[in-house]
Amino acid sequence: MLDIGLGHYLTLGAIIFTIGIIGIFLNRKNIIVILMSIELILLAVNINLVSFSIYLNDITGQIFTLFILTVAAAEAAIGLAIIVIYYRNSGTIRVQEINKLKG
Amino acid sequence: MDFEYLIIFLPLLGSIISGFFGNILGSRNSEIITSLFVSISAIFSFLIFYKVLNENYTNNLIIFSWINSGTLNVNWSINIDALSAVMLIVVTLVSSLVHVYSIGYMSNDPHKQRFMAYLSLFTFSMLMLVTSDNFLQLFFGWEGVGLCSYFLIGFWFKKETANAAAIKAFVVNRVGDFGFALGIFLIFYLFGTVNYTEVFELIPSFSEKDLSFLGINFNAINLICILLFIGAMGKSAQIFLHTWLPDAMEGPTPVSALIHAATMVTAGVFLVVRCSPIYEYSPLALNIITLVGLSTAFFAATIALVQNDIKKIIAYSTCSQLGYMFFAAGVGAYNVAMFHLFTHAFFKALLFLGSGSVIHSFKDEQNINSMGGVWRKLPYTWLLMIIGTLALTGFPFLSGFYSKDAIIEFAYLRGNSMGYFAAMIGIITAFLTAIYSWRLIFKTFHGSYNNKNLSISNMHESPMVMIIPLIILAIGSIFSGFLFKDLFIGAESAVNFWKNSIMFLEPLSNDHPPIWFIYLTPILVIISIPTAYYLFIKNKNITNDIVNGNLPLYNFLKNKWYFDELYDYLFVNPSKKIGLFFWKKIDLRFIDRFGPDGISNLIKKVSIFAVKFQNGFIYHYAFVMLLGFSALLTFLIIK
Repeated sequence: MLDIGLGHYLTLGAIIFTIGIIGIFLNRKNIIVILMSIELILLAVNINLVSFSIYLNDITGQIFTLFILTVAAAEAAIGLAIIVIYYRNSGTIRVQEINKLKG
Repeated sequence: MDFEYLIIFLPLLGSIISGFFGNILGSRNSEIITSLFVSISAIFSFLIFYKVLNENYTNNLIIFSWINSGTLNVNWSINIDALSAVMLIVVTLVSSLVHVYSIGYMSNDPHKQRFMAYLSLFTFSMLMLVTSDNFLQLFFGWEGVGLCSYFLIGFWFKKETANAAAIKAFVVNRVGDFGFALGIFLIFYLFGTVNYTEVFELIPSFSEKDLSFLGINFNAINLICILLFIGAMGKSAQIFLHTWLPDAMEGPTPVSALIHAATMVTAGVFLVVRCSPIYEYSPLALNIITLVGLSTAFFAATIALVQNDIKKIIAYSTCSQLGYMFFAAGVGAYNVAMFHLFTHAFFKALLFLGSGSVIHSFKDEQNINSMGGVWRKLPYTWLLMIIGTLALTGFPFLSGFYSKDAIIEFAYLRGNSMGYFAAMIGIITAFLTAIYSWRLIFKTFHGSYNNKNLSISNMHESPMVMIIPLIILAIGSIFSGFLFKDLFIGAESAVNFWKNSIMFLEPLSNDHPPIWFIYLTPILVIISIPTAYYLFIKNKNITNDIVNGNLPLYNFLKNKWYFDELYDYLFVNPSKKIGLFFWKKIDLRFIDRFGPDGISNLIKKVSIFAVKFQNGFIYHYAFVMLLGFSALLTFLIIK
């Protein structure tokens, strides 16, 4: 039976983090996917925090994670709200059509 | 409070008030303020002169220390001695009369305040020049008067010829000033100071010193003298650097009277006289001055014979009289040069202001061929111009008689060949002077009325505000010679009056030339009056015959010895070509192409390329951000 240790957790965190990053700039379809990718990155960080918290036998990391999750929920709500407003104004949330941020 | 401060600073104050607040005050107030201030300055100058005369008053007021750097210590000072007292009188008196005259002459001009401000500023600069106790302040005043001369020649800035004349005056003076500046540098290099008294004390011990330049040895004193004299030549319009003076007549006539006749152009003579302690040790430079002076006197007189512009005739006459002053200084008779400067200021300012009155009456006509027959219409102007002419030509017992004949006599008494030659040229020039001056009078006031644009019944005398200054100048022209001759050029004048302000290595000779010599010039001058009348009024055919018989000579004189053409060929056109070459080839092809234009094109191209990075897609920005972040992180880890 394989012993699941710190390395595995960190690997999981790194994989999720990478999926999130790639999700941001490979995604050409929907801005909600970007939001989800950001959420993934955040969760990857949380996994790291929790696993280190157990490894170091320090409760701080887990409490910190709880705070982050709360903030992340709020942040997701705001993000979604912005997207809704944006959709109302420009009629699309397709990433390829959002390019107003240029010189 | 010393008078000196008032003399110097009242004109400056007047200039500032009129120049900066003239629009608030109005033109009439500005005119009154500037004229009043300069007049007060003139009154105090007379007081100073009186003190110098009777109490042997000398003073050196230091206003403040101007430059204090290493061994260069220069004060801004007011130095009063006999020489500067005489110059104070000349400058402030003529200036105040010209100020008053300008009120009448410029009555139709919209820029009176500016004009008065320039006149007062000029007076201030000229006073700076004459009251200096060192070469640097002298140079400051020198450039100040040059600048004001530029402003005033180009006063009617909408007239293209006036602008060209102003620039010409400025540029030609630059040539002279270059020599002058080099002279001052050399003085500082040799003596380590630029203060008159210190330099003059050191001169005798330096008289044998040689300077090596480009492998050629020069005597230091000769070099200094010649360089200073080049400066004087530029300012005093001596031959080769005279071309600006006739053109300067484009300025308003009061300017010609003040700057280009009575004061600024005599600054060169003043410089030579002031530096007499240096010039006395350089016979070579004195000979050059004599030669240049008499050439100028002669050549300007020949040109004046055939000119038709009333102001140009008087301008060449000024040039010629300045030549007289220089050759007086050149033969060592500095006091006679100053005396002629003094009397000349009166009668030449009178002639210029008189011609201004004529021009005013003829509604800006300057050609004497379009005048004539108006002496009954302009009785005051006519009479005053006659007085000026008599004084200029040296008619017995008027001012020019004493000063000009003294110059010729002193040249004769010099006793060497240069002296005799100078005396001979002096007499010939005096005769020419008489002829062209009477030609001017007869053509302007006598004979038939030749103006087609203006009917003779419209002619009227100038207003009193213009006539009164003329009357004062006329009084000066008549009496200044007789009253001041003993003081300025009498046998004891060097000891009693000039004292330290002028130095004579050998005392001037007290002999008298032979009696026939003394009578020669006045007789020639008197003969010239009927001669001129006959030639220019009675029998014009003879004049025409002479002209037609000597057409090449006439054209040569008419075209001013072709100096302008020569300079165009030698200097102006080549420099134009060089300028054009540098502009078209060097500037446009290289500097602009690779400089401003090149860089701006490059920036344009780079930014067109760079703008493609900014396409507005968030995922691109995020990607770049990621790359940057990874690079930063990698860098930190490796470090």
